[in-house]
Amino acid sequence: MEVENKREKTDWLKYFYTFLITAVIFGTAIYISNYFSNKKMTQLKTMEDKISLDILSSETQFSLLVESSCKNIGDNTLSQEVGQLGDKLLYTEQKVGSNDSDFQNLKTYYSLLEIKDYLLMKKISQQCNDKTAFILYFYSNQSCDDCQDQGFVLTKIHELYPQIRIYSFDYDYNIPTIETLKSIYNIKNQLPALYINGKVTYGLKTLDQIKKLIPETKTWDKEATASSTVESGN
Amino acid sequence: MISSYIIYVFLFCSLYFEVFLLLTYIEKKKYIKTEYLEKKNEYWPSVDIVVPCFNESNTIIATINSLLNLDYPKDKFKVVVIDDGSTDDSLKTLQIFKGNSQVQIHHKENGGKFTALNFAIENSQADLFGCLDADSFVDKDALKNMMPYFENPKIMAVVPSIKVHAPGNVLQKMQKIEYGWGIFVRKVLTYLNALHVTPGPFTIFRRKIFENVGKYKHAHHTEDLEMALRLQKHHYKIANSHRSIVYTVTPKTIKTLYKQRRRWSYGFLKNAMDYKFMFFKKEYGNLGFFILPLAVISIFSAIYLAINFLVSNGHLVFEQISKIATVGLSFSKIHFDAFYINTNLVSVIGLFTIIGTLILVLLSMKLSEGKLKIKSDLFYFLIIYPLIAPLWLFGAVFNTIFSKTITWR
Repeated sequence: MEVENKREKTDWLKYFYTFLITAVIFGTAIYISNYFSNKKMTQLKTMEDKISLDILSSETQFSLLVESSCKNIGDNTLSQEVGQLGDKLLYTEQKVGSNDSDFQNLKTYYSLLEIKDYLLMKKISQQCNDKTAFILYFYSNQSCDDCQDQGFVLTKIHELYPQIRIYSFDYDYNIPTIETLKSIYNIKNQLPALYINGKVTYGLKTLDQIKKLIPETKTWDKEATASSTVESGN
Repeated sequence: MISSYIIYVFLFCSLYFEVFLLLTYIEKKKYIKTEYLEKKNEYWPSVDIVVPCFNESNTIIATINSLLNLDYPKDKFKVVVIDDGSTDDSLKTLQIFKGNSQVQIHHKENGGKFTALNFAIENSQADLFGCLDADSFVDKDALKNMMPYFENPKIMAVVPSIKVHAPGNVLQKMQKIEYGWGIFVRKVLTYLNALHVTPGPFTIFRRKIFENVGKYKHAHHTEDLEMALRLQKHHYKIANSHRSIVYTVTPKTIKTLYKQRRRWSYGFLKNAMDYKFMFFKKEYGNLGFFILPLAVISIFSAIYLAINFLVSNGHLVFEQISKIATVGLSFSKIHFDAFYINTNLVSVIGLFTIIGTLILVLLSMKLSEGKLKIKSDLFYFLIIYPLIAPLWLFGAVFNTIFSKTITWR
């Protein structure tokens, strides 16, 4: 059987154009990804600046009013913002990695803001006889099996008792202020570690165990039950 | 980090393939629409269609009836049924065609589909020879529409468009879109001279081509794929008549679908190994230089991307389990925050690749159905297919590496 069976042609020009178009699409994707990453970093920086300003505002307010009134100082909004910032930083750390220099600057700033907020709120609480409770939580992203679960417990605690202010610190993050904090409260490398009401505990603590360490929770539970009874009565 | 670079390379290849298909389609779009549409057929060569049958008593009658209903001169066309040692009542069922001059029934010892085809080739004297699987049905104009292609003496085989017969459940509806995608890709590959499958359902060959290239081989249970590669090896042209429609019964369950697709992928890999001399050879044009290597890469990239996806996101499932175990089930309010939309490079390129796939799928739906109508089938395809396809690809690669033979059923 006679048939013409020529060798095949390869359309090199089409391959080249395809490469160009694909490269442009790839380049666009890189640009879009970088654009949004930078935007997110800027958003985090803006949040930190706002929190810093809020803390400064609270400090100034506290200095002005400390002798006469304790109203309207350090309400829960600030605490929520610090919490949201912490969540976003954790997410960013998972995406960009902990070695990213921009991220490290933001994390350092965040840790300083947390300590500043903690010191101010403690002062306000003592001065105004406010029943705010504080938890300092030391975790590690590298060598701590229970830290993730401890995070879940603390998130739950914060949902149940917004009056409790929780500050989390990366034990392995070597900045002088965290080192000082670890040294002052004598925090050993047995994580997760919680500093509550002058006591340090190590290992995973359940919801009930933490509640026992904060006696105020009983009062808050009673208040919550009473208010729900009144509401249902109405 | 290395993992990210591998993903970039795979995604670049996927995107490159999509752009290549799209460019070829745009280039040939006008021609696809009008191809042989107005041509009045005056070429009526004699045709033998063989129907290999092994335990197909449920569908065989409908298959043969669909062939007998073909709009083609009765004296030029014959159906040859080869009962390949069926153990059910297929042979008995076939007796209703006894006395029909257009139908020949043969019985032989079971030897596999390729032996049935070869048996028919040996006994055929027709100009053209084709096969129709016993679970497929042809459209009335399927054969007639192929004839203008055969008027070109360079064309040695014509492949049809295959659609899903009566898609009932979710899996079959998903396959309907997949087969539509196949119609599109097959058409585009024709213009690149890169068709590497002459599908079992109703590919028609010039009979004498078997004298030149030889008869069917076992070919790892994918004799239709091997035959196409053999034709390409000899630089014979394969055309696609996209208006020749064949309907085929598709798997209904995950298990049967998995087995069928694993066999196809395994057959492709094994045949690709047998024909590895064609890879990156300029003399085999787009097929050797681009399509075959990319088809192999796509199998490995799909597996790699699936594993990577599981590893990177699997921890979220364990995290949720751990959370429930630690603090119990709690439903806190969900707040949408755009900050948490993943905008890393892999996600953005992945999104572009998905958009490219969607454009091609929509074009293929338009080509196969004649109009664009978005139905649930599309969502089944987009959601279910990426989840299950890596399973059979993995199975095929595993069996290829460990040389595990795959059975037909």
